[in-house]
Amino acid sequence: MIAILRPALAVVGLLTLLLGLAVPLGFTGLAGTLFPTAAGGSLIERDGKVVGSALIGQDFTADRYFHPRPSATTAPDPEKPGSTIAAPYNAAASAASQAAPTSQALLEAVKERQAVLGGGAVPADAVTASGSGLDPHISPENAGRQVARVAAARGLPAAQVAALVERQTEGRELGLLGERRVNVLRLNLALDALR
Amino acid sequence: MTWNGWAQIALVLALAVAMAIPLGRYTAAVAHGRLGFLAPVETLIYRAAGIDPKRGMGWRSYTLAMLAANAAGFALLYALLRLQGGLPLNPQGFDGLSPWLAFNTTASFISNTNWQAYSGEAALSYLSQMAGLAVQNFLSAATGIALAFAVCRAFASGGVSQLGNFWADLVRICLYLLLPLSLVFGLAFVALGVPQTLSPYVEARTLEGATQLIPLGPAAFQIAIKHLGTNGGGFFGVNSLHPFEGPDAIATALQIIAQQVIPFSLAITFGHLVGDRRQGRALLAVMLGYVVVATGLIYAAEAGGNPLHLALGIDPTQGNMEGKDLRFGLPLVALFSATTTGASCGAVNAMFDSFTPLGGLIPLFLIQLGEVLPGGVGSGLYGMLVFALLAVFVAGLMVGRTPEYLGKKVQAREIKLAMLAVLVLPATILGFASLSVALPAAIASIPAQGPHGLTEMLYAFSSAAGNNGSAFGGLAADTPWLDTTLGIAMLLGRFAYVVPVMGIAGALALKPKLAASTGTFPTHGPLFAGLLAGVILILGGLQFMPALALGPLAEHFVLAAGRSF
Repeated sequence: MIAILRPALAVVGLLTLLLGLAVPLGFTGLAGTLFPTAAGGSLIERDGKVVGSALIGQDFTADRYFHPRPSATTAPDPEKPGSTIAAPYNAAASAASQAAPTSQALLEAVKERQAVLGGGAVPADAVTASGSGLDPHISPENAGRQVARVAAARGLPAAQVAALVERQTEGRELGLLGERRVNVLRLNLALDALR
Repeated sequence: MTWNGWAQIALVLALAVAMAIPLGRYTAAVAHGRLGFLAPVETLIYRAAGIDPKRGMGWRSYTLAMLAANAAGFALLYALLRLQGGLPLNPQGFDGLSPWLAFNTTASFISNTNWQAYSGEAALSYLSQMAGLAVQNFLSAATGIALAFAVCRAFASGGVSQLGNFWADLVRICLYLLLPLSLVFGLAFVALGVPQTLSPYVEARTLEGATQLIPLGPAAFQIAIKHLGTNGGGFFGVNSLHPFEGPDAIATALQIIAQQVIPFSLAITFGHLVGDRRQGRALLAVMLGYVVVATGLIYAAEAGGNPLHLALGIDPTQGNMEGKDLRFGLPLVALFSATTTGASCGAVNAMFDSFTPLGGLIPLFLIQLGEVLPGGVGSGLYGMLVFALLAVFVAGLMVGRTPEYLGKKVQAREIKLAMLAVLVLPATILGFASLSVALPAAIASIPAQGPHGLTEMLYAFSSAAGNNGSAFGGLAADTPWLDTTLGIAMLLGRFAYVVPVMGIAGALALKPKLAASTGTFPTHGPLFAGLLAGVILILGGLQFMPALALGPLAEHFVLAAGRSF
């Protein structure tokens, strides 16, 4: 028994020190030196204060901002311990709706979101909750649907807001991978910077 | 489906195969112990542990050593998770996990399953992630590859009783294969936006004046090994969907490649080790064929959208977007989903629970087929070799000859052990899943109504027993019943499978290696590849058809009829 336990404990212990402490700590130092912004969470600052991360979506409800996709994240209910309440874009607890394709609740939610956007052939990303609950992007079509509202709320010409959306639209990576998209936080920061 | 979509899929698969071929040759050198650039570290470990790396082990000692290493890893990880509240590198001050959640998580990481009943950013300290989970990512992956080396050696020569030294294999795989690859992929992930820091979570003041707590951590290195080792346990709750874990389409493409490259390369390594490279390429072709077909089916199902939503007049261009983030696009979601379930990884870049019924059926079925397409690192190869033995046996029955594989006669003992191994999966999955849809305490975990609820439970036990780790996440899995039974299913799927496989390896190693004659059925051509693909489908998949008919297939027809629950 001892004959087999000694190598087991020694090998697992030493590999833990190496692969679980020494290497990742060294790697953290290297990563922070080579890519300080990315390694630190791609944080965005305005006037010296952190306003968010370029990669993490945040909630916008005011008419003067573009709105992100629906988010299914929750937070603990302060009034009822053990249960949760809806808390869109709660980055401390990423989560999806996990709704079944046959879910009635999902169908009702989609109907309601479609109506808010004026009905008709709205883009799917505007009426469905993202998988992370923190999707930082919307489709250019989704943004296009919101241009009139944002322009009216800000008293800007719609064409100016539309041009801003166009500038903020990111193409496929390497011209091939992924989807065309707009980063909502960056777009709204650019909107605020217009004045 | 679009041409651009298929171009994305083709590019990523081509890169994975192009990397796998040289890596397979390199891994063969690791198996032979021919590398030495980390010799001082290697020697230090051998000396401290009292190991003679040259001493060969029979199949029993090799298996026992493997079990001992895993038991030690189990004890260490369980202790870390329970005690994390009092240990350093815990900036958010998380408490230790409950006993059953700690058991479930430990069983999950030891067995290379990496089922997530926990949510990383909300429950685990940086120390638990880095020195606990990430280390088991290395060790469980190296365990699988070591076992595959042992099985390969059984085919390589005749009349031997020794299959190599487990300790030397384990250490070499960690040092020469997994560590360098993790460093390279890890750096690429940091460059693309995956955090790697020990700073505490950051509180941001959003543009609308709310506060948002942004989680951070030493994620990039762990995410690299999570994919390379086909482990799949996320640093963050929503796994590779989290914008920090899968920041963009390039990152998700690299993660697909990282999942595929070692399982694919081990087929090539097998060819090198048995001295006939065509044998490895035949196995690779079968793996690749299944991945392409499965990807196409998922892509088609998800691009088709949800009929209930399309009936409302929603724009059909994007397909089914519930549970998906925008940046990856459907083609890479489809390829990732087929890869992660075919390769026993279990990372996800979209939520399977919200897939269309047929889109969700494919990942489930790929797991049930036995996790050999291409399967987990190591486990995929030895699982595939079990099916190869069954395939030559079936072929032998058809023509009435004693079957042979690579010059080894396949006889009653090997076939009995192979069937025993193959039966572990359906017995565990269907047994536990049927029990769990009968017990009221377990049914309470199912949120969905209609046939989808059965699929959620079936998926959980398929994922656990198949050592996959992905989930239909709606299931409330962190309950004493499910934590415990799923944990047991993971351990059975890993260890109850591997013991008979090592028994086969021991028996085959002893047999003489016969020269090929005119009567030998060639096992490297398209005929054998087709036969093998068929045996996997029939022996691996058929027993699940009734359950699948009641779950995803029933849901598909109900959905097409316009019903919701």
